[in-house]
Amino acid sequence: MIESDPYAEEDIGRLIGLLPPAPEGWVRAAQEIPAFRAMLDELVERAEADKVFQATLVADLEAAIAEAGYEPEPRAVEGVRRQMRARDASDS
Amino acid sequence: MSDAELVKRCREGSVEAWNELVERFSRYVYAICSRGFGLSAEDAEDAFQDVFTRVYSRLESLRDDSALRPWIAQTTRRVCLDRIAANSREEPVEEVMAEQVGPSLDEIDEAFAVREALDEIGDPCRELLDRFFARDESYRTIGDELDIPQGTIASRISRCLDKLRKEFEGRKPGRPSSGEQ
Repeated sequence: MIESDPYAEEDIGRLIGLLPPAPEGWVRAAQEIPAFRAMLDELVERAEADKVFQATLVADLEAAIAEAGYEPEPRAVEGVRRQMRARDASDS
Repeated sequence: MSDAELVKRCREGSVEAWNELVERFSRYVYAICSRGFGLSAEDAEDAFQDVFTRVYSRLESLRDDSALRPWIAQTTRRVCLDRIAANSREEPVEEVMAEQVGPSLDEIDEAFAVREALDEIGDPCRELLDRFFARDESYRTIGDELDIPQGTIASRISRCLDKLRKEFEGRKPGRPSSGEQ
């Protein structure tokens, strides 16, 4: 009878095993999306009012983030860059 | 907190709610990308971030707040297919998909329903079963981490599986559908 049960213990165990935890760094980066989006919005707003800053933003994102007063950690730079790509994609 | 309440609080700008949304669906999105579609680690990471970026950006377009999971599932599938297509322009996506050997997306949906049941029964069974089946930890590691005798772990797992199976009864997921406008 156990063999014909679609939810025998082995099946339940296998299903639990199908959802291992995602890497912690991935989860943390996804949780920071609102912060990265807010940072990008601030950079874009400043670039619209400041042509010199706009040039920096286009040429060197890391420098632009630092100039705006944020720590240009690789995770933040990549996070903002990803938001820029998403923004560009939704605009096109 | 229900999915609908979570969506509502995310729309209101709650950081805690967004963190909870990511936590709640991170395993699901990860499984679809890496196991369901067999993406490489690099592509899976990109897809994972793209999915949550889209979810964050388009939360307003979700018509039925309680349909968050199927909407995330559809978004994840779309992102994965786009990535596969971008990686193999000369090869039709259908042929690429035919080569995948991981679990089906229906199985991953079923696994998510089990996960919900696991959350419902809570600790200590949740932690024990998660460590053994999802994190692939040995009896020794589990015994050390949870401070329980190794000799009792098998029977504890069996009892917890029985408890989980009872909770899971009646929780079989329906076929995914989109809640997006």
